[in-house]
Amino acid sequence: MAYRHFEFIEKHAWALGIFTAIMVSLGGLAEITPLFVEALQVKPPENVKPYDPLRLAGRDIYVREGCYLCHSQMIRALRFETQRYGPFSTAEESVYDRPFLWGSKRTGPDLARVGGKYSDDWQRRHLIDPRSLVPETNMPAYPWLETGRIDGNDIAARMRVLRKLGDRYSDAEIAAAPEAVKDKTELDALVAYLQGLGIANEPQAAAAAAATDTGKPQ
Amino acid sequence: MQVMKTNTEYYDDHVVRLFLLASAVWGIVGMLLGMYAAAELAWPGLNLGLPWLTFSRLRPDHTFGVIFAFGGSALMGTCYYVVQRTGHARLAWNGLARFTFWGWQAVCVLAMATMPFGITQSKEYAEPEWFVDILIAIVWVSFGAVFFATLARRRIHHIYVANWYYGAFIIAVALLHIVNNLAVPVSLTKSYPIYSGVVDAMVQWWYGHNAVAFFLTAGFLGMMYYFVPRQAQQPLWSYRFSIVNFWALISIYMWAGSHHLMYTALPDWVQSVGMAFSLVLLMPSWGSAANGLFTFNGSWHRLKDDPAAKFMVLALVFYAAATFEGSMMAIKTVNSLSHYTDWTIAHVHSGSLGWVAMITIGSLYAMAPRALGRPAMHSRGAMELHFWLHATGTLLYVVAMWIAGVTEGVMWRATQPDGSLTYPFIDSLLAIKPWYMVRWFGGVLIWLGMWVMAWNLWYTAGDARRKVIQPIPVPIPEPIRQQTPAPLPAAG
Repeated sequence: MAYRHFEFIEKHAWALGIFTAIMVSLGGLAEITPLFVEALQVKPPENVKPYDPLRLAGRDIYVREGCYLCHSQMIRALRFETQRYGPFSTAEESVYDRPFLWGSKRTGPDLARVGGKYSDDWQRRHLIDPRSLVPETNMPAYPWLETGRIDGNDIAARMRVLRKLGDRYSDAEIAAAPEAVKDKTELDALVAYLQGLGIANEPQAAAAAAATDTGKPQ
Repeated sequence: MQVMKTNTEYYDDHVVRLFLLASAVWGIVGMLLGMYAAAELAWPGLNLGLPWLTFSRLRPDHTFGVIFAFGGSALMGTCYYVVQRTGHARLAWNGLARFTFWGWQAVCVLAMATMPFGITQSKEYAEPEWFVDILIAIVWVSFGAVFFATLARRRIHHIYVANWYYGAFIIAVALLHIVNNLAVPVSLTKSYPIYSGVVDAMVQWWYGHNAVAFFLTAGFLGMMYYFVPRQAQQPLWSYRFSIVNFWALISIYMWAGSHHLMYTALPDWVQSVGMAFSLVLLMPSWGSAANGLFTFNGSWHRLKDDPAAKFMVLALVFYAAATFEGSMMAIKTVNSLSHYTDWTIAHVHSGSLGWVAMITIGSLYAMAPRALGRPAMHSRGAMELHFWLHATGTLLYVVAMWIAGVTEGVMWRATQPDGSLTYPFIDSLLAIKPWYMVRWFGGVLIWLGMWVMAWNLWYTAGDARRKVIQPIPVPIPEPIRQQTPAPLPAAG
């Protein structure tokens, strides 16, 4: 009977190992490979630009501080989500996101389109002492961002690595990076990043949809 | 047992004891971090304005500490114990096995000492930076080499099912870890992943979900398949059923990762495929749980006076409950409510505190006296106390987070008759704050339980500490070419 043939696997470690490896590979191959092929074919839309030096520095601070653990950046295609946060997020918006920061938990609200909703000053004060503006919040304070400085050469090095990975930075842009972040604090960078979210990375289609959308983000 | 030949081979339990000790220590450390992070959510003043103590910096330390340090040490230790006993062979390559212990401890210390200082990839459960990832890969490949080399020198022809799960756990985690962590370093402390956006999201959740599947499920099922029959003192309920469940589980799990990305910018077909496979996944999950529970048929009376068996049975009940919940949460309509809320946290902890921690604790209580050369654990009363602390803490935790999660989900989607949203976001946070406090208290009980276990292990290990423990000889059977059905786990 079939079991007798099957027993071969159970009695040979190498066969067990190989069949296990095959079985665990199928799902990933089926789901990830097509996305790769798609990603290779799709060129980022013209108006979605790689992060400028200051916003790139801000994004890396967002990564460093672990903001993604409480804030998502992915507005789902559901009515109550678009009502609260604005038009749903699209794939094109995160083509330059390494790593992606869609998040998995909202202890705080989604930030995919937070750009421009609050003033720069509000964002700064909120990051340094959240409870001075929102007494009920449980967000931690990040006062050290005010004193941390951005290292221009480090940002240029980061842009060079990102260019190797396919981001379209020109030599001139990379050369100008140290000047662009000169004397900037980590707080400046993070606020610049937040204020660009949902604005600077918005593709044409979503922008057009937003113009006709009646949902009022709050 | 068969006729004994002159015996010169002994089980290598030294490395098992080291992992046992590490697991107890990391359990306390990892859960302390979780407890503190939970307290920070309820009382944000506890962040103290210190960068490395801030919730967002500490949370990856908690997850890494409990999954990879506590769970990983327990898995590797029991794996070495089980593969020797079920194969009637001493561990292959003792030196390499010793290296996997020290290497893994180095990985844990290095990862947990760098992440709070912002050296992180920000990919959930894969936060450590590239230099730690390389060390993880080296240790993991060595672990696989020791395991498969030990299988190769086994004296029992048939590979017992526990080893299948351990093998799948080793192979799949190697694959997941390497593919998900491909990155280009900028400096020692910063790298960028080679994937971006949607592809990165899919790769990450293929990893994230299957870290749960193969680290937190397959590995611990290996533990279950050895220690449950051992503790019930009965053969496995159905060996063939375990085979069906094994192949179904390892192949289906790998398809289900995309259920973490419902309604997102991930292509719709991938979401639907993920949902379908998540539903099918319920069958092998319940199959494994049933196989473990039915193994206790005829020896349920053991639950009255064996706390280790009690831990195992409740672990299997939680496993069945959490996998049912997981499949339901993968249904798109349910997911639209549960995603981004504390329901996810409830689900994860029902799996990790209920299933993973309880099967581990049960197995450690079953294995420790044997590995430490004692007839039983030092104190049965302490085991009993640990059981009730852990069970109560887990229930408080999970119920609090269920309530919090559903509250958030319902409040976020509530609309007025005119179609406008009912609640601003902050209202949902205020509504769940009391539950954050209940959750913290549940965590405290669980953490106290871990101290009780550590105390108990310390006194059980008296002989081992004085180095008067006798090594256990490998029972060497007459070689048997064909054995059907499989032999039972060896005594020892």
